[in-house]
Amino acid sequence: MMASKKLQRGSLEGSLKRLEEIVDSLEEGKVSLDEAVQLYEEGILLSKDCAEKLKATELKIRKLAKSVGGDFEIAETDEE
Amino acid sequence: MASEEQTLTVTDITRQIKSSLEQRFTRVWVQGEISNFKRHTSGHLYFTLKDEGAQLSAAMWRSRAAGLLFQPADGMKVIARGGITVYPPRGSYQIDVDQLTPLGIGELQIAFERLKKKLAGEGLFDESRKRPLPKYPGVVGIITSETGAALQDVRTVLSRRFPGVELILLPVRVQGAGASDEIAQAIRDMNRYGKVDVMIVGRGGGSLEDLWAFNEEIVARAIFASEIPIVSAVGHEIDFTIADFVADLRAPTPSAAAEMVVPDRFEILEVIRNYEYTIRQAVTQRILAHRERVESLIGSYAFNRPKDMVREFVQKLDELQRSMATTVSHRMERRAQDVESLRKRLLGVSPQGVLKRGYAIVRKDGVPVTRSQQLARNDEASVEFQDGKVMTKVQ
Repeated sequence: MMASKKLQRGSLEGSLKRLEEIVDSLEEGKVSLDEAVQLYEEGILLSKDCAEKLKATELKIRKLAKSVGGDFEIAETDEE
Repeated sequence: MASEEQTLTVTDITRQIKSSLEQRFTRVWVQGEISNFKRHTSGHLYFTLKDEGAQLSAAMWRSRAAGLLFQPADGMKVIARGGITVYPPRGSYQIDVDQLTPLGIGELQIAFERLKKKLAGEGLFDESRKRPLPKYPGVVGIITSETGAALQDVRTVLSRRFPGVELILLPVRVQGAGASDEIAQAIRDMNRYGKVDVMIVGRGGGSLEDLWAFNEEIVARAIFASEIPIVSAVGHEIDFTIADFVADLRAPTPSAAAEMVVPDRFEILEVIRNYEYTIRQAVTQRILAHRERVESLIGSYAFNRPKDMVREFVQKLDELQRSMATTVSHRMERRAQDVESLRKRLLGVSPQGVLKRGYAIVRKDGVPVTRSQQLARNDEASVEFQDGKVMTKVQ
Protein backbone atom coordinates (compact mmCIF):
# COMPACT_ATOMS: atom_id res chain seq x y z
CA MET A 1 0.00 0.00 0.00
CA MET A 2 1.01 3.60 -0.45
CA ALA A 3 1.63 4.16 3.20
CA SER A 4 4.20 1.58 4.14
CA LYS A 5 6.23 2.08 1.01
CA LYS A 6 7.09 5.64 2.04
CA LEU A 7 8.51 4.50 5.34
CA GLN A 8 11.96 5.99 5.57
CA ARG A 9 14.53 4.39 7.71
CA GLY A 10 16.95 7.18 6.88
CA SER A 11 17.28 10.49 8.58
CA LEU A 12 15.52 11.55 11.70
CA GLU A 13 14.28 14.55 9.78
CA GLY A 14 12.72 12.32 7.13
CA SER A 15 11.08 10.14 9.73
CA LEU A 16 9.72 13.07 11.67
CA LYS A 17 8.47 14.71 8.51
CA ARG A 18 6.63 11.58 7.50
CA LEU A 19 5.27 11.30 11.02
CA GLU A 20 3.99 14.87 10.78
CA GLU A 21 2.31 14.06 7.47
CA ILE A 22 0.62 11.08 9.05
CA VAL A 23 -0.57 13.16 11.98
CA ASP A 24 -1.88 15.81 9.58
CA SER A 25 -3.76 13.46 7.33
CA LEU A 26 -5.22 11.57 10.27
CA GLU A 27 -6.31 14.81 11.90
CA GLU A 28 -7.79 16.04 8.67
CA GLY A 29 -9.82 12.88 8.60
CA LYS A 30 -10.13 12.63 4.83
CA VAL A 31 -8.61 9.18 4.53
CA SER A 32 -10.71 6.06 4.61
CA LEU A 33 -10.87 3.96 7.73
CA ASP A 34 -8.65 1.31 6.15
CA GLU A 35 -6.05 3.91 5.26
CA ALA A 36 -6.33 5.44 8.69
CA VAL A 37 -5.53 2.15 10.34
CA GLN A 38 -2.57 1.68 8.01
CA LEU A 39 -1.30 5.18 8.64
CA TYR A 40 -1.62 4.54 12.32
CA GLU A 41 0.51 1.42 12.11
CA GLU A 42 3.13 3.23 10.07
CA GLY A 43 3.07 6.14 12.49
CA ILE A 44 3.64 3.98 15.51
CA LEU A 45 6.58 2.28 13.80
CA LEU A 46 8.05 5.64 12.82
CA SER A 47 7.72 7.07 16.29
CA LYS A 48 9.51 4.04 17.73
CA ASP A 49 12.19 4.44 15.08
CA CYS A 50 12.66 8.14 15.87
CA ALA A 51 12.80 7.53 19.59
CA GLU A 52 15.44 4.88 18.93
CA LYS A 53 17.52 7.34 16.95
CA LEU A 54 17.43 9.87 19.74
CA LYS A 55 18.91 7.40 22.15
CA ALA A 56 22.41 7.80 20.69
CA THR A 57 24.72 8.89 23.47
CA GLU A 58 28.08 9.51 21.87
CA LEU A 59 28.72 12.66 19.84
CA LYS A 60 30.77 11.89 16.76
CA ILE A 61 33.43 14.47 15.98
CA ARG A 62 35.53 14.38 12.88
CA LYS A 63 37.94 16.72 11.27
CA LEU A 64 37.78 17.96 7.73
CA ALA A 65 41.13 18.26 6.04
CA LYS A 66 42.11 18.96 2.48
CA SER A 67 44.04 16.16 0.85
CA VAL A 68 46.86 16.72 -1.60
CA GLY A 69 44.60 16.55 -4.62
CA GLY A 70 42.38 19.27 -3.19
CA ASP A 71 39.66 16.83 -2.22
CA PHE A 72 38.49 16.47 1.32
CA GLU A 73 39.43 13.91 3.86
CA ILE A 74 37.51 13.19 6.97
CA ALA A 75 39.70 12.26 9.88
CA GLU A 76 38.89 11.23 13.39
CA THR A 77 39.93 13.84 15.89
CA ASP A 78 43.10 13.04 17.80
CA GLU A 79 41.92 13.73 21.27
CA GLU A 80 38.98 11.84 22.62
CA MET B 1 74.25 28.28 -9.41
CA ALA B 2 76.56 31.14 -8.71
CA SER B 3 80.03 29.77 -8.16
CA GLU B 4 82.88 31.72 -6.66
CA GLU B 5 84.68 31.95 -9.94
CA GLN B 6 81.68 33.39 -11.70
CA THR B 7 81.35 37.11 -11.99
CA LEU B 8 77.85 38.44 -12.15
CA THR B 9 76.48 41.59 -13.56
CA VAL B 10 74.44 43.84 -11.26
CA THR B 11 71.39 42.99 -13.28
CA ASP B 12 72.04 39.28 -12.89
CA ILE B 13 72.49 39.39 -9.14
CA THR B 14 69.52 41.68 -8.75
CA ARG B 15 67.40 39.32 -10.81
CA GLN B 16 68.44 36.45 -8.58
CA ILE B 17 67.75 38.45 -5.43
CA LYS B 18 64.39 39.47 -6.79
CA SER B 19 63.33 35.95 -7.65
CA SER B 20 64.63 34.60 -4.37
CA LEU B 21 62.93 37.21 -2.20
CA GLU B 22 59.68 37.34 -4.11
CA GLN B 23 59.28 33.59 -4.04
CA ARG B 24 60.10 33.35 -0.38
CA PHE B 25 57.81 36.16 0.75
CA THR B 26 54.74 35.97 -1.47
CA ARG B 27 52.41 36.67 1.43
CA VAL B 28 53.53 38.00 4.78
CA TRP B 29 51.95 39.96 7.60
CA VAL B 30 54.08 42.71 8.96
CA GLN B 31 53.28 44.74 12.01
CA GLY B 32 54.71 48.20 12.40
CA GLU B 33 54.15 51.89 12.66
CA ILE B 34 53.42 54.07 9.66
CA SER B 35 55.82 56.88 8.86
CA ASN B 36 56.47 59.07 5.82
CA PHE B 37 52.93 58.48 4.68
CA LYS B 38 52.27 59.92 1.21
CA ARG B 39 49.28 59.71 -1.03
CA HIS B 40 50.44 60.19 -4.61
CA THR B 41 48.24 62.04 -7.06
CA SER B 42 47.83 58.75 -8.91
CA GLY B 43 46.05 57.39 -5.81
CA HIS B 44 48.81 55.01 -4.83
CA LEU B 45 49.97 55.09 -1.21
CA TYR B 46 53.62 55.10 -0.22
CA PHE B 47 54.85 54.84 3.36
CA THR B 48 57.40 53.23 5.61
CA LEU B 49 56.69 50.58 8.19
CA LYS B 50 59.01 50.78 11.10
CA ASP B 51 59.69 49.58 14.58
CA GLU B 52 62.60 50.16 16.98
CA GLY B 53 65.01 48.07 14.99
CA ALA B 54 64.23 48.38 11.29
CA GLN B 55 62.17 49.89 8.58
CA LEU B 56 60.49 48.59 5.46
CA SER B 57 59.26 50.52 2.46
CA ALA B 58 55.67 49.89 1.60
CA ALA B 59 53.44 50.63 -1.35
CA MET B 60 49.71 50.14 -1.73
CA TRP B 61 48.21 50.49 -5.18
CA ARG B 62 45.24 52.68 -5.78
CA SER B 63 42.80 49.84 -6.42
CA ARG B 64 43.61 48.29 -3.07
CA ALA B 65 43.86 51.56 -1.23
CA ALA B 66 40.30 52.32 -2.38
CA GLY B 67 39.02 49.50 -0.16
CA LEU B 68 40.59 50.94 2.97
CA LEU B 69 38.11 51.61 5.72
CA PHE B 70 40.29 53.97 7.67
CA GLN B 71 42.61 56.80 6.95
CA PRO B 72 46.24 55.71 7.38
CA ALA B 73 48.45 58.32 8.99
CA ASP B 74 51.91 58.67 10.41
CA GLY B 75 52.30 57.10 13.83
CA MET B 76 49.46 54.67 13.36
CA LYS B 77 50.12 51.03 14.28
CA VAL B 78 49.04 48.64 11.56
CA ILE B 79 49.36 45.13 10.21
CA ALA B 80 50.15 45.08 6.53
CA ARG B 81 49.59 42.02 4.41
CA GLY B 82 51.40 41.63 1.14
CA GLY B 83 54.33 40.27 -0.76
CA ILE B 84 57.90 41.48 -0.90
CA THR B 85 58.88 42.93 -4.26
CA VAL B 86 62.24 44.08 -5.51
CA TYR B 87 62.61 47.14 -7.68
CA PRO B 88 65.80 46.58 -9.71
CA PRO B 89 66.37 50.15 -11.05
CA ARG B 90 66.84 51.36 -7.49
CA GLY B 91 68.13 48.16 -5.95
CA SER B 92 65.50 48.39 -3.29
CA TYR B 93 62.85 46.09 -1.92
CA GLN B 94 59.48 46.90 -0.47
CA ILE B 95 56.27 45.33 0.64
CA ASP B 96 53.46 45.45 -1.85
CA VAL B 97 50.55 45.84 0.55
CA ASP B 98 47.16 44.36 -0.38
CA GLN B 99 45.52 44.61 3.01
CA LEU B 100 46.07 47.09 5.79
CA THR B 101 44.51 46.66 9.20
CA PRO B 102 44.77 49.25 11.92
CA LEU B 103 45.80 48.09 15.37
CA GLY B 104 44.68 51.00 17.49
CA ILE B 105 41.26 50.73 19.11
CA GLY B 106 40.15 54.04 17.68
CA GLU B 107 41.09 53.10 14.15
CA LEU B 108 39.54 49.67 14.52
CA GLN B 109 36.29 51.24 15.64
CA ILE B 110 36.25 53.56 12.68
CA ALA B 111 37.07 50.74 10.29
CA PHE B 112 34.34 48.63 11.87
CA GLU B 113 31.72 51.34 11.48
CA ARG B 114 32.71 52.05 7.90
CA LEU B 115 32.64 48.39 6.86
CA LYS B 116 29.34 47.90 8.62
CA LYS B 117 27.84 50.81 6.75
CA LYS B 118 29.26 49.69 3.44
CA LEU B 119 28.08 46.08 3.73
CA ALA B 120 24.69 47.13 5.05
CA GLY B 121 24.38 49.35 1.99
CA GLU B 122 25.11 46.36 -0.22
CA GLY B 123 22.39 44.34 1.46
CA LEU B 124 24.62 41.81 3.20
CA PHE B 125 22.72 42.22 6.44
CA ASP B 126 19.22 42.07 4.97
CA GLU B 127 16.83 40.06 7.05
CA SER B 128 15.19 38.80 3.88
CA ARG B 129 18.25 36.83 2.87
CA LYS B 130 18.66 35.09 6.18
CA ARG B 131 17.89 31.43 5.85
CA PRO B 132 16.13 29.34 8.42
CA LEU B 133 18.23 26.70 10.11
CA PRO B 134 17.35 23.07 9.45
CA LYS B 135 15.15 21.73 12.21
CA TYR B 136 16.94 18.45 12.65
CA PRO B 137 20.48 18.68 11.28
CA GLY B 138 22.36 15.45 10.83
CA VAL B 139 25.76 17.03 10.40
CA VAL B 140 26.94 20.25 12.01
CA GLY B 141 30.06 21.95 10.74
CA ILE B 142 32.21 24.06 12.98
CA ILE B 143 34.89 26.50 11.95
CA THR B 144 36.98 27.54 14.89
CA SER B 145 40.28 26.89 16.60
CA GLU B 146 40.96 23.26 17.34
CA THR B 147 42.33 24.17 20.73
CA GLY B 148 39.92 26.91 21.72
CA ALA B 149 37.21 26.91 24.35
CA ALA B 150 34.56 27.41 21.66
CA LEU B 151 34.97 23.88 20.34
CA GLN B 152 34.76 22.41 23.83
CA ASP B 153 31.66 24.43 24.63
CA VAL B 154 29.93 23.34 21.44
CA ARG B 155 30.84 19.72 22.08
CA THR B 156 29.46 19.85 25.58
CA VAL B 157 26.15 21.32 24.52
CA LEU B 158 25.70 19.00 21.52
CA SER B 159 26.50 15.96 23.67
CA ARG B 160 23.85 16.98 26.11
CA ARG B 161 21.11 18.08 23.74
CA PHE B 162 21.53 15.95 20.66
CA PRO B 163 24.43 13.50 20.60
CA GLY B 164 22.99 11.91 17.45
CA VAL B 165 24.51 14.60 15.23
CA GLU B 166 27.91 14.47 13.69
CA LEU B 167 30.21 17.41 14.29
CA ILE B 168 32.68 18.21 11.57
CA LEU B 169 35.50 20.50 12.52
CA LEU B 170 37.45 22.57 10.07
CA PRO B 171 40.22 23.97 12.23
CA VAL B 172 41.39 27.54 11.63
CA ARG B 173 43.32 30.16 13.45
CA VAL B 174 40.84 32.62 14.85
CA GLN B 175 43.16 35.50 15.55
CA GLY B 176 46.34 37.03 14.37
CA ALA B 177 47.77 37.47 10.91
CA GLY B 178 45.95 35.52 8.25
CA ALA B 179 43.13 34.38 10.49
CA SER B 180 40.48 36.10 8.38
CA ASP B 181 41.79 34.46 5.22
CA GLU B 182 41.72 31.05 6.86
CA ILE B 183 38.21 31.56 8.16
CA ALA B 184 36.93 32.72 4.79
CA GLN B 185 38.65 29.83 3.03
CA ALA B 186 37.24 27.37 5.57
CA ILE B 187 33.72 28.65 4.91
CA ARG B 188 34.22 28.13 1.19
CA ASP B 189 35.76 24.70 1.79
CA MET B 190 32.90 23.63 3.99
CA ASN B 191 30.55 24.61 1.18
CA ARG B 192 32.60 22.72 -1.34
CA TYR B 193 32.57 19.68 0.93
CA GLY B 194 28.85 20.20 1.16
CA LYS B 195 27.74 17.37 3.43
CA VAL B 196 26.96 19.72 6.28
CA ASP B 197 23.46 20.93 7.19
CA VAL B 198 24.44 23.99 9.19
CA MET B 199 27.67 25.47 10.43
CA ILE B 200 28.92 27.41 13.39
CA VAL B 201 31.67 29.95 12.78
CA GLY B 202 33.22 31.53 15.80
CA ARG B 203 35.48 31.70 18.77
CA GLY B 204 35.39 32.56 22.44
CA GLY B 205 35.40 36.12 23.65
CA GLY B 206 38.36 38.46 23.51
CA SER B 207 39.47 41.97 22.96
CA LEU B 208 38.44 43.91 19.87
CA GLU B 209 41.82 43.10 18.35
CA ASP B 210 41.41 39.41 19.14
CA LEU B 211 38.03 39.31 17.44
CA TRP B 212 39.16 41.37 14.50
CA ALA B 213 39.24 38.55 11.99
CA PHE B 214 35.46 38.34 12.31
CA ASN B 215 35.22 41.99 11.37
CA GLU B 216 37.04 41.59 8.10
CA GLU B 217 35.29 42.07 4.84
CA ILE B 218 36.66 38.83 3.41
CA VAL B 219 34.94 36.83 6.18
CA ALA B 220 31.72 38.78 5.77
CA ARG B 221 31.67 38.04 2.03
CA ALA B 222 32.41 34.36 2.55
CA ILE B 223 29.52 34.11 5.00
CA PHE B 224 27.28 35.95 2.58
CA ALA B 225 28.21 33.57 -0.24
CA SER B 226 27.73 30.42 1.81
CA GLU B 227 25.05 28.01 0.65
CA ILE B 228 25.03 26.41 4.07
CA PRO B 229 23.26 28.38 6.80
CA ILE B 230 25.73 29.90 9.23
CA VAL B 231 25.41 30.69 12.89
CA SER B 232 28.02 33.15 14.04
CA ALA B 233 29.30 32.66 17.54
CA VAL B 234 31.86 35.22 18.46
CA GLY B 235 32.74 36.35 21.91
CA HIS B 236 30.64 36.95 24.90
CA GLU B 237 27.27 38.61 24.64
CA ILE B 238 28.18 42.24 24.17
CA ASP B 239 30.61 41.84 21.29
CA PHE B 240 28.95 42.23 17.93
CA THR B 241 31.10 41.56 14.92
CA ILE B 242 30.50 42.14 11.23
CA ALA B 243 30.21 38.35 10.91
CA ASP B 244 27.30 38.47 13.35
CA PHE B 245 25.42 40.88 11.10
CA VAL B 246 25.91 38.77 7.98
CA ALA B 247 25.29 35.37 9.50
CA ASP B 248 21.89 33.74 9.20
CA LEU B 249 21.70 33.70 12.94
CA ARG B 250 23.83 35.34 15.56
CA ALA B 251 24.60 33.52 18.77
CA PRO B 252 26.07 35.42 21.70
CA THR B 253 28.42 32.55 22.56
CA PRO B 254 29.52 29.24 21.03
CA SER B 255 27.43 27.38 23.62
CA ALA B 256 24.38 29.36 22.60
CA ALA B 257 25.12 28.61 18.95
CA ALA B 258 25.13 24.89 19.72
CA GLU B 259 21.77 25.26 21.42
CA MET B 260 20.40 27.03 18.37
CA VAL B 261 21.52 24.48 15.80
CA VAL B 262 20.20 21.34 17.44
CA PRO B 263 16.92 20.75 19.18
CA ASP B 264 16.78 19.27 22.62
CA ARG B 265 16.22 15.57 22.09
CA PHE B 266 13.97 15.36 25.12
CA GLU B 267 11.75 17.97 23.54
CA ILE B 268 11.60 15.92 20.36
CA LEU B 269 10.78 12.81 22.33
CA GLU B 270 7.95 14.79 23.86
CA VAL B 271 6.81 15.82 20.39
CA ILE B 272 6.93 12.22 19.22
CA ARG B 273 4.95 11.12 22.24
CA ASN B 274 2.37 13.76 21.37
CA TYR B 275 2.25 12.57 17.77
CA GLU B 276 1.73 9.03 18.96
CA TYR B 277 -1.09 10.14 21.21
CA THR B 278 -2.64 12.21 18.43
CA ILE B 279 -2.68 9.45 15.85
CA ARG B 280 -3.94 6.95 18.41
CA GLN B 281 -6.75 9.34 19.27
CA ALA B 282 -7.50 10.08 15.64
CA VAL B 283 -7.84 6.42 14.73
CA THR B 284 -9.83 5.58 17.85
CA GLN B 285 -12.13 8.48 17.06
CA ARG B 286 -12.58 7.21 13.55
CA ILE B 287 -13.45 3.75 14.73
CA LEU B 288 -15.87 5.10 17.33
CA ALA B 289 -17.49 7.34 14.75
CA HIS B 290 -17.96 4.38 12.44
CA ARG B 291 -19.36 2.27 15.24
CA GLU B 292 -21.80 5.01 16.14
CA ARG B 293 -22.88 5.25 12.55
CA VAL B 294 -23.47 1.55 12.35
CA GLU B 295 -25.39 1.64 15.57
CA SER B 296 -27.52 4.53 14.50
CA LEU B 297 -28.22 2.78 11.21
CA ILE B 298 -29.27 -0.32 13.07
CA GLY B 299 -31.59 1.79 15.20
CA SER B 300 -32.91 3.79 12.27
CA TYR B 301 -36.62 3.56 11.20
CA ALA B 302 -35.71 2.51 7.67
CA PHE B 303 -33.39 -0.23 8.78
CA ASN B 304 -36.09 -1.55 11.08
CA ARG B 305 -38.88 -1.52 8.49
CA PRO B 306 -38.23 -5.07 7.25
CA LYS B 307 -38.21 -6.32 10.80
CA ASP B 308 -41.43 -4.46 11.51
CA MET B 309 -42.96 -5.82 8.37
CA VAL B 310 -42.07 -9.35 9.34
CA ARG B 311 -43.49 -8.76 12.76
CA GLU B 312 -46.70 -7.45 11.20
CA PHE B 313 -46.92 -10.49 8.98
CA VAL B 314 -46.42 -12.80 11.89
CA GLN B 315 -49.15 -11.00 13.76
CA LYS B 316 -51.47 -11.19 10.80
CA LEU B 317 -50.68 -14.85 10.42
CA ASP B 318 -51.51 -15.43 14.05
CA GLU B 319 -54.79 -13.65 13.61
CA LEU B 320 -55.61 -15.60 10.50
CA GLN B 321 -54.80 -18.81 12.28
CA ARG B 322 -56.94 -17.87 15.18
CA SER B 323 -59.90 -16.89 13.06
CA MET B 324 -59.39 -19.99 10.96
CA ALA B 325 -59.45 -22.13 14.04
CA THR B 326 -62.58 -20.45 15.27
CA THR B 327 -64.33 -20.89 11.98
CA VAL B 328 -63.36 -24.50 11.75
CA SER B 329 -64.45 -25.35 15.27
CA HIS B 330 -67.76 -23.58 14.73
CA ARG B 331 -68.32 -25.58 11.67
CA MET B 332 -67.40 -28.78 13.43
CA GLU B 333 -69.80 -28.05 16.22
CA ARG B 334 -72.57 -27.44 13.79
CA ARG B 335 -71.77 -30.66 11.98
CA ALA B 336 -71.79 -32.51 15.27
CA GLN B 337 -75.25 -31.13 16.00
CA ASP B 338 -76.39 -32.13 12.54
CA VAL B 339 -75.05 -35.61 13.08
CA GLU B 340 -76.81 -35.83 16.42
CA SER B 341 -80.17 -34.77 15.04
CA LEU B 342 -79.76 -37.09 12.09
CA ARG B 343 -78.87 -39.85 14.49
CA LYS B 344 -82.04 -39.12 16.42
CA ARG B 345 -84.08 -39.08 13.28
CA LEU B 346 -82.35 -42.19 12.11
CA LEU B 347 -83.06 -43.83 15.42
CA GLY B 348 -86.76 -42.92 14.97
CA VAL B 349 -86.94 -44.76 11.69
CA SER B 350 -84.75 -47.72 12.59
CA PRO B 351 -86.31 -51.19 12.78
CA GLN B 352 -85.35 -51.28 16.44
CA GLY B 353 -87.63 -48.28 17.11
CA VAL B 354 -90.51 -49.91 15.19
CA LEU B 355 -90.04 -53.17 17.09
CA LYS B 356 -90.33 -51.21 20.32
CA ARG B 357 -93.66 -49.96 19.26
CA GLY B 358 -94.92 -53.54 19.02
CA TYR B 359 -94.16 -54.43 15.41
CA ALA B 360 -92.18 -57.44 14.37
CA ILE B 361 -90.02 -58.15 11.36
CA VAL B 362 -90.55 -61.33 9.40
CA ARG B 363 -87.63 -62.66 7.43
CA LYS B 364 -87.42 -65.59 5.13
CA ASP B 365 -83.92 -66.82 4.60
CA GLY B 366 -82.72 -63.55 6.17
CA VAL B 367 -84.66 -61.39 3.66
CA PRO B 368 -87.43 -59.21 5.10
CA VAL B 369 -90.92 -60.28 4.00
CA THR B 370 -93.05 -57.26 3.28
CA ARG B 371 -96.04 -58.96 1.50
CA SER B 372 -98.13 -61.98 2.41
CA GLN B 373 -97.79 -63.49 -1.00
CA GLN B 374 -94.16 -63.88 -0.37
CA LEU B 375 -94.87 -66.63 2.05
CA ALA B 376 -96.37 -70.02 1.25
CA ARG B 377 -97.56 -72.80 3.49
CA ASN B 378 -94.88 -74.59 5.42
CA ASP B 379 -92.36 -71.84 4.70
CA GLU B 380 -90.11 -71.21 7.65
CA ALA B 381 -89.71 -67.64 8.72
CA SER B 382 -88.08 -65.83 11.52
CA VAL B 383 -89.96 -63.22 13.48
CA GLU B 384 -87.96 -60.63 15.23
CA PHE B 385 -89.29 -58.78 18.22
CA GLN B 386 -87.70 -56.08 20.20
CA ASP B 387 -86.28 -58.57 22.60
CA GLY B 388 -85.35 -61.44 20.30
CA LYS B 389 -86.27 -63.80 17.48
CA VAL B 390 -88.58 -66.84 17.15
CA MET B 391 -88.85 -69.29 14.33
CA THR B 392 -92.35 -70.06 12.86
CA LYS B 393 -93.88 -72.20 10.24
CA VAL B 394 -96.58 -70.77 7.97
CA GLN B 395 -99.95 -72.74 8.08
